Amino acid sequence: MTIRFHYFANPTRALRVAKTLLPFSLAAMSVLLGWGLWLALYASPPDYQQGEAVRIMYVHVPAAWMALFVYIIVAAGSVSFLIWRHPLGELIAEAAAPIGACFTALALITGSLWGQPMWGTWWVWDARLTSVLILFFLYLGYMGLRNAFDDPAKGSRAASILAIIGTINLPIIKFSVDWWNTLHQPASVLRLGGPTIHPDMLWPLLIMAVGFKFYFLSVGIIRLRNHVALRRLQALSLLSSDSSSLAAVRLSSVAPFFAMGGYAFYVWPAYGVTFCVLAILFARSAIAMRRNEAAVQRLPSPQSVS
Amino acid sequence: MMVFFALLHRELRLAGRQKFDVTLPLAVAVLILLLFPLSLGPEPDLLRRLAPAALWIAALLGALLGLDRLFHSDFDDGSLDQLILSGLPLPLLVLGKSLGHWLLTSLPMTAVTLLMGIFLNLPGTAFLPLALAMILGGASLTLLGTTIMALTLGARRGGALTGLLLLPLTLPIAIFGAGTVTAALSDLPTRPPLLVLGGIFLGCLAICPFLAAIALREALD
Repeated sequence: MTIRFHYFANPTRALRVAKTLLPFSLAAMSVLLGWGLWLALYASPPDYQQGEAVRIMYVHVPAAWMALFVYIIVAAGSVSFLIWRHPLGELIAEAAAPIGACFTALALITGSLWGQPMWGTWWVWDARLTSVLILFFLYLGYMGLRNAFDDPAKGSRAASILAIIGTINLPIIKFSVDWWNTLHQPASVLRLGGPTIHPDMLWPLLIMAVGFKFYFLSVGIIRLRNHVALRRLQALSLLSSDSSSLAAVRLSSVAPFFAMGGYAFYVWPAYGVTFCVLAILFARSAIAMRRNEAAVQRLPSPQSVS
Repeated sequence: MMVFFALLHRELRLAGRQKFDVTLPLAVAVLILLLFPLSLGPEPDLLRRLAPAALWIAALLGALLGLDRLFHSDFDDGSLDQLILSGLPLPLLVLGKSLGHWLLTSLPMTAVTLLMGIFLNLPGTAFLPLALAMILGGASLTLLGTTIMALTLGARRGGALTGLLLLPLTLPIAIFGAGTVTAALSDLPTRPPLLVLGGIFLGCLAICPFLAAIALREALD
């Protein structure tokens, strides 16, 4: 394992592995998200208390899990960069942070859409919601601090330190529902004593969660390749200043009979916002990567992205 | 140890030459506090209920202003480079600057908030918990603020960025600090939130000097 660690310190080698991995990751993501969506929206039972609104859980909980998971990746990358000067650690942290910010925002938005029909309020200042909001600001602060320096190397080092400081928030988020009386329900899956959720609901949840993980892996690889290409272009000061186009994604209108037991106003926007945001993030990352890697290919030097 | 006291002495003497820089955060805190009764009306019960939150918000914003002085003047004239190159342990430098900041900004801020507590109709029993909470919370704020200032030392838009980075980290301090005074107002035990504030302070004391030292070294490379 130690040999592999340093083997991948060379970004070109890591990139080669990432390139071979990307098609499989995209395939796994599509299959799992497609199957998960079918299970979540159609083939799973409604809740005896919440009715059809429980389907929001299948996007809300995986998004929240991803928000925490990606922050751990960012913090781990920052630690490996600061302590061992592993260049890939910093690249992975930089690539992963915007994805984590998107997932945190999605967790907050879908949770809000779920909270209104179930709790009667769009927002409440309990420990779980407040600490996830803090996590969102930590992501924004991380990305902002990195871009606030004219020297990108200084920016990445400062941002790495900030990521480590923010790690204290993670156990607070996870255990907040157990330590304090909160409106948000306590842990039902990752807890001592095993999950308390029925398998008919657990399986769609887990499939969506793993699908989101493959989404993260795919978009992470795309952003990683984009950032490596950007570094090469910046090093040669060849970066053009045109801005990337924003891919617009439109949702088709909902078929009339999918009324979701009266909760359609909440369930469909929750899924809509989730897949809109994820699709826009994917499109922007892929377009930027294509453009920058093409620019690197056009460079008149013997080495190129293989 | 002697180095530490020499650093502290330097901080205090420099501040003594620029008294306005020291009193500015206090003045801002008082003005922010004045906004609350002026905009909410003079009804004493309402002011008493809002006093914990108002006092902590004013103290936080005032402390944020006072953090500017920590490193920037030394950074601008090159003496920070000299201090780092001199070989003295950087965490000690950070602790010296933090203690100087706490003595010059946090402690006077505590006194000012006690005074403003009178204006906001705080009952007598709430003053001791408020003072203790401000002392502990102010120390944690100082340590966190020093770390964030060290991080943003070379950044553009440093001032606003510091606020964006610092405020999420100080939210637990504000929650438990205001919670202490609210507990005192309702005759509930004030020891639990004070203990949490003490825990936060000890955690900051253990971690912040070292992180700030790393940040200083990176900022001046």
